[in-house]
Amino acid sequence: MAEYSAFSLLANALKGNKDWKPAWRKPDPKASYDVIIIGGGGHGLATAYYLAKEHGITNVAVVEKGWLGSGNVGRNTTAVRSNYLLPANTRFYEHSMKLWENLSHELNYNVMFSQRGCLNLAHTPAQFDDYARRGNAMRHLGVDAELMTKTEIKRLIPALDISDSARFPVVGGLMQRRAGTARHDAVAWGYARGADRRGVDIIENCEVTGFLRDGDRISGVTTSRGDIRARKVAVAVAGSTGRVMQMAGIETMPIESHVLQAFVTESLKPFIDTVVTFGMGHFYMSQSDKGGLIYGGDIDGYNSYAQRGNLPVVDEVMSEMLALFPGLARVRMLRSWGGVCDMSMDGSPIITAGPLPGMYLNCGWCYGGFKATPASGWCFAWTIAKDQPHDLNAPFTLDRFHRGLVIDDKGQGANPRLH
Amino acid sequence: MLITCPYCGPRDVIEFTYQGDGNRERPDPASQNFEAWNAYVYDRLNPAGDHNEIWQHSGGCRAHLKVVRNTLTHEISSVAFARGDHGSAARHKAEDKA
Amino acid sequence: MSPRRADTGGRIDRLKTIRFTFDGTAYTGHAGDTLASALLAKGVTLYGRSFKYHRPRGLLTAGVEEPNALVTVLKGEVREPNIPATMVEIHDGLVAISQNRFPSLAWDINAVNQLGGKILSAGFYYKTFMGPVFGPLKGTRFWMFCEHFIRRAAGLGSAGSAKDPARYERMNAFCDVLVVGSGPAGLMATKAAADQGARVMLADLEPHFGGSANWSEETIDGAPAADWARRTVAQLAGRDNVRLLPRTTVWGYYDNNTLAALERVSDHKEHPGKGEPRHRYWAIRAKSVVLATGAFERPLIFPGNDRPGVMLAHAAERYANEFGVLPGERIALFTNNDSAYRAAVALKKAGAAVVAIADVRPELSPEMRKLAAEAEAEIFAGHAVVATEGGKALSGLKLQRFDLANGALIGDARSIHADCLLMSGGWSPTIHLASQAGAKAEWNAARQAFLPPKPTQSWIGAGAFTGSFSTAEAIAEGRAAGLAAAGGQSTPSMLPTVEAVPGDPDPAPVFEIRAKGKSFVDFQHDVTAEDVRLAHREGFVSVEHLKRYTTLGMATDQGKSSNVPGLAIMAEALGKPIPEVGTTRFRPPFAPVSIGSLAAERFGDLKPERLTPMHDWHLANGATMYSAGLWYRPMIYGLSGETVEQAYVREAKATRESAGIVDVSTLGKIAVQGPDAAAFLDRVYTNMFSTLAVGKARYGLMLREDGLAFDDGTTWRLGEQDFLMTTTTANAGKVMQHLEYFLDVIWPELKVHVTSVTDEWAGAAIGGPKARQILAACVTGTSVDNATLPFMGIVRGEISGVPVMICRLSFSGEMAFEVYSGAGHGTHVWKALVEAGKPFGLVTYGLEALGTMRIEKGHVTGAEIDGRTTARDLHLDWMLSKKKPFIGSAMMDREGLIASDRLELVGLIALDNRPLNGGAHIVEEVDEANPHDSIGHITACCYSPALGRHIALALVEGGKARHGTRAHVSDPLRNRFGPVEIVSNHFFDPDGSRMHG
Repeated sequence: MAEYSAFSLLANALKGNKDWKPAWRKPDPKASYDVIIIGGGGHGLATAYYLAKEHGITNVAVVEKGWLGSGNVGRNTTAVRSNYLLPANTRFYEHSMKLWENLSHELNYNVMFSQRGCLNLAHTPAQFDDYARRGNAMRHLGVDAELMTKTEIKRLIPALDISDSARFPVVGGLMQRRAGTARHDAVAWGYARGADRRGVDIIENCEVTGFLRDGDRISGVTTSRGDIRARKVAVAVAGSTGRVMQMAGIETMPIESHVLQAFVTESLKPFIDTVVTFGMGHFYMSQSDKGGLIYGGDIDGYNSYAQRGNLPVVDEVMSEMLALFPGLARVRMLRSWGGVCDMSMDGSPIITAGPLPGMYLNCGWCYGGFKATPASGWCFAWTIAKDQPHDLNAPFTLDRFHRGLVIDDKGQGANPRLH
Repeated sequence: MLITCPYCGPRDVIEFTYQGDGNRERPDPASQNFEAWNAYVYDRLNPAGDHNEIWQHSGGCRAHLKVVRNTLTHEISSVAFARGDHGSAARHKAEDKA
Repeated sequence: MSPRRADTGGRIDRLKTIRFTFDGTAYTGHAGDTLASALLAKGVTLYGRSFKYHRPRGLLTAGVEEPNALVTVLKGEVREPNIPATMVEIHDGLVAISQNRFPSLAWDINAVNQLGGKILSAGFYYKTFMGPVFGPLKGTRFWMFCEHFIRRAAGLGSAGSAKDPARYERMNAFCDVLVVGSGPAGLMATKAAADQGARVMLADLEPHFGGSANWSEETIDGAPAADWARRTVAQLAGRDNVRLLPRTTVWGYYDNNTLAALERVSDHKEHPGKGEPRHRYWAIRAKSVVLATGAFERPLIFPGNDRPGVMLAHAAERYANEFGVLPGERIALFTNNDSAYRAAVALKKAGAAVVAIADVRPELSPEMRKLAAEAEAEIFAGHAVVATEGGKALSGLKLQRFDLANGALIGDARSIHADCLLMSGGWSPTIHLASQAGAKAEWNAARQAFLPPKPTQSWIGAGAFTGSFSTAEAIAEGRAAGLAAAGGQSTPSMLPTVEAVPGDPDPAPVFEIRAKGKSFVDFQHDVTAEDVRLAHREGFVSVEHLKRYTTLGMATDQGKSSNVPGLAIMAEALGKPIPEVGTTRFRPPFAPVSIGSLAAERFGDLKPERLTPMHDWHLANGATMYSAGLWYRPMIYGLSGETVEQAYVREAKATRESAGIVDVSTLGKIAVQGPDAAAFLDRVYTNMFSTLAVGKARYGLMLREDGLAFDDGTTWRLGEQDFLMTTTTANAGKVMQHLEYFLDVIWPELKVHVTSVTDEWAGAAIGGPKARQILAACVTGTSVDNATLPFMGIVRGEISGVPVMICRLSFSGEMAFEVYSGAGHGTHVWKALVEAGKPFGLVTYGLEALGTMRIEKGHVTGAEIDGRTTARDLHLDWMLSKKKPFIGSAMMDREGLIASDRLELVGLIALDNRPLNGGAHIVEEVDEANPHDSIGHITACCYSPALGRHIALALVEGGKARHGTRAHVSDPLRNRFGPVEIVSNHFFDPDGSRMHG
């Protein structure tokens, strides 16, 4: 398949763009594979890509119930960062960041990763110290972080209200300059194309309806397009984890599926150059290359698979937005949407072999899954290929909850709606 | 989303706090069955369809409610006091009727 | 009158002249005009530039779906970008400017993008800009370099940073029936429901009710439809069970029939009325909803269909009939259906020459031929428009014979001179709200449109929304819907009679004319038919991939006119029927909504402020306030010229030397009462409370279910069955919820009632060697000596005539007392205490001094009980009773919670005598250049006047075992490194002799 480049664009344009080929094939499922990955979202596709690239395992099928990238990889607010508090998270997300930094080249697909920075605003001296703790934790793991003063922040974001009369005046902030945003759909498409080019079958409109078993061992899946056997079956279905695990006979999981809403304004000329988060509520915002302000807040706070939320969160998010940017009152919200988040009991993910023989599980991404995509795929591929976790995902086991080894960045305990 | 509190009537979801899976059973306080404790604290049913949930009417009477709600459509098919017969609110209601 | 403005007709008031500016040029219009109609009347053809190619664009529509003519409305420094000119009602002093052009709308330098042509095809971004793999632009740098310019070229209008002075408000409304849309169907529904006595709300996004009746020129009950509508509205307006909401866009359909609407209350006024909001946000809970939202006309896709002067047919009809404005003088039409013929007649009547009607259908009904004759238009049956001519305004077009069976173009093209081309590609019902409510649209092959499916919530459709495009059907369905929504029975009374031009509602299934040149599907985003086919070639064939890859339907109009043609082109490329390509789910909002309206009263007032009863006193007495959650608390009471550190050091020192007083009213306070109160507290706290004597208090610790520390505080036993629990300020709400959950869900058999009394009590903590003397000087009705008021004892008495409750407990480590009075008397009691303390050197102290003294004592707060620490980590394991189970007891000994490498609470003393920083980390070996191997972090720090050292509390791996050893602070963020000694967290008076007295 042809490489993408400025040259290929020009050459194709001269031929009226008639010769472009599909970005990935649309194969029918084979009877069996070495590995089946359930879920054609970002994580599933990245896993397939790294299985092929890093481990030479190419006899792989990614089965997707709908269209490729129809889950959270196509519904998020596109922020990429590694500014976590706890070392297990920071190490993992920093590995992701390093993969992001070379991803467009690696995939020969411009995922538009733009390191425009992520700024967490602090509104009290105590919160500023909290952010300092986090920033220092990052620095001790070799991750970039810096504190910013109010004046520096105003220079970076002129439209931000930093007045002392604000309800929650800005006192400073924690900045990760290497953080940024990426074009979410392109990540799914880039991984799909990359995996496809290495021989992976990506099978869309193929819904898994059950698991095949060989004794205790999972040995394949039944789907809307027939049975498919495999030596290893990997589950990467985010918000649908509960549903898929139920098919395997596992009724309860340390997961609740919640709906998270996101919003975009009409397209505007450049307004804000960085990702910014509010410290006295839950609000984050960035601006897309097209000019829309992309923003969101808390999950709605109840179990839902409906991919749509309700008004209280809408009102809360807009109120917090105007508390930071009072000039936006006349700007208009163009579109809102909902995604289903697999909220875990400590706010951190699960990437592990098991819980059944022949099965591998990747879930619990809460609403941080997009930025994790490269490292999640990379670590999951390692775990599947070697039947043991890489050091980076070793802490993210399924049994850590029961053993008291939780990785609770927010300190909220077993209360998913608060993570 | 509206939840019909048996005490206060139909109210917007903003008045309520979600307390999660209502199927969980707390082991006896003195129990040393760690599996049961762990299951109670960490493991949740997460069905796509009807779900038994606990909600608190935190912006109203503050009673906890057992709600059966469909997680695909958000339709609510039943609401009752979590206290059941122990509920003083339920008792009041009954007395009102009598 | 201008040449484009008819002398009569329409609902504008020709006697009222309105003055406004557009791009700095002064214009006049009339009352009733939109910005679009007023400019069109002046012969303006150019309204905007497209997003990508910056092509000149005119008006496509007359309504909310306008993709081209977007303007920014200026009110002083405040900007409102991206408003369709079709939705701006002009008023004197209106200032509007065009967008996305430089230097001017007529001469836009970025129009050079058009030369990029085929290179800038759909998805081109993904295929390039990856940059070199080495050198200074490797990694993400090359893309970010390019992106810098791309971002500046992208975007439409500019947002401002000046705060909007306008007010926004929210209304919660309840009704039996909400009718959305006020065309004939909506009006009939409203009337029918109102006649049943139902409480009805009618909302329409236009300023005038009536919908198509305002421009259809049909006759209802013998009168012009517009008159019938006016009369009906006037009747409805007089009824007190009907609320009419003009200029109100119902934009969201949420669960349980909750609908969100935006009312533009005063945008159309030069000076809003006193107290009038700009926008009002309606949250409407309707028992039943009638969706009578009509339909959007679709463009036809052919080369040059975006040239200014090419417009939707019904839009021209609206401009002529509603505003008396002609969009051109020589008008041609291009259609695949009958509805355009009525427009031809209307424009003819309004004074334009209709030069040609091109219809893709070879066979036309006699009725259509008659209408064409009436419009004196030449008919070109079986023809299609294959090109348009002109620069920034249309000058002509080319027609060619068209084969309906296979889409082929036959024979030579023929030129027609025209300054306006009207097109009609059929109609798409406005099913957005139904789709938001969860229903999936269903394709109707005859109508060539998606129709609403079976409702998933309580709504009933009527009129064009259901695909019934005639007014007679709309009236019948409207009445039936209104009746059904109100729960009424059908009435035998006559329906209004309609005289309308005839017409077949089904269009020919033609969406695109394939000829040479750019044919636009999404006008604003410059998505062409070729882009759709390119997406197909590259495998982006599902409707969502199509949208995302080409940006089709993602513009400010959200595909209102482009979605169906785009799908049709993809379906043809795939060789599949349209429904197999699918339709995307519509998402809120139906049309863009101001963010100000959604924040409503919370714009400028995000969260309530919680103030203690003594707040005003603190302000009047020099306190600098600190915001803590929603509360405001004194940080210091600074003297002039004092720094914060000087102030808290002075306050803390004075407290330890004589006495200090601090406002502790923010502490959470919960009354725990009932026969089982003591047993309940035994389960809630890790330590025993049932053994606590009446009139005594005890410090208690709570765990979460998972065994980690949750909250701490003292609880006072006021009576056998009556406890007053205090919590930390931050956790007051959470603890309350925690207690209620257990009482309601887990242990309903316990007879206990909990009540939050935080706001009922004012609290003052007074401590220091002279604290008891001060109390003795002002408390009456009780002694405060050691026998009457021992450590942790409680007495009741009076201060200055006010009953108070005094507990002898200490956070500062001094002999100290908490004095509680009714909140209303808080300031009175506080003043009396301060007055009584004067002879003893009493100081008021704030949070900084409070924090300093607690660090010296090694007490924990939220910085240490951070949701990740255990009782053992904080050396509070002495409080874990072994005699009883309590919340968290079963879980607190799991392997991860007793591991030896956990972070434990320690004290630190700075050995370099320099200030420490909160959030600094601790390392064994300093490496300033490359910090690594953190073993913990500082949770709180201060200069300790008692020790004369800079000290800190910290959580450090293996904590206690490191006592007496040296480590270093490592704070690369603030470049502070230096040696510290790790010590016990109990720095000062570890055996508590001072507080025990």
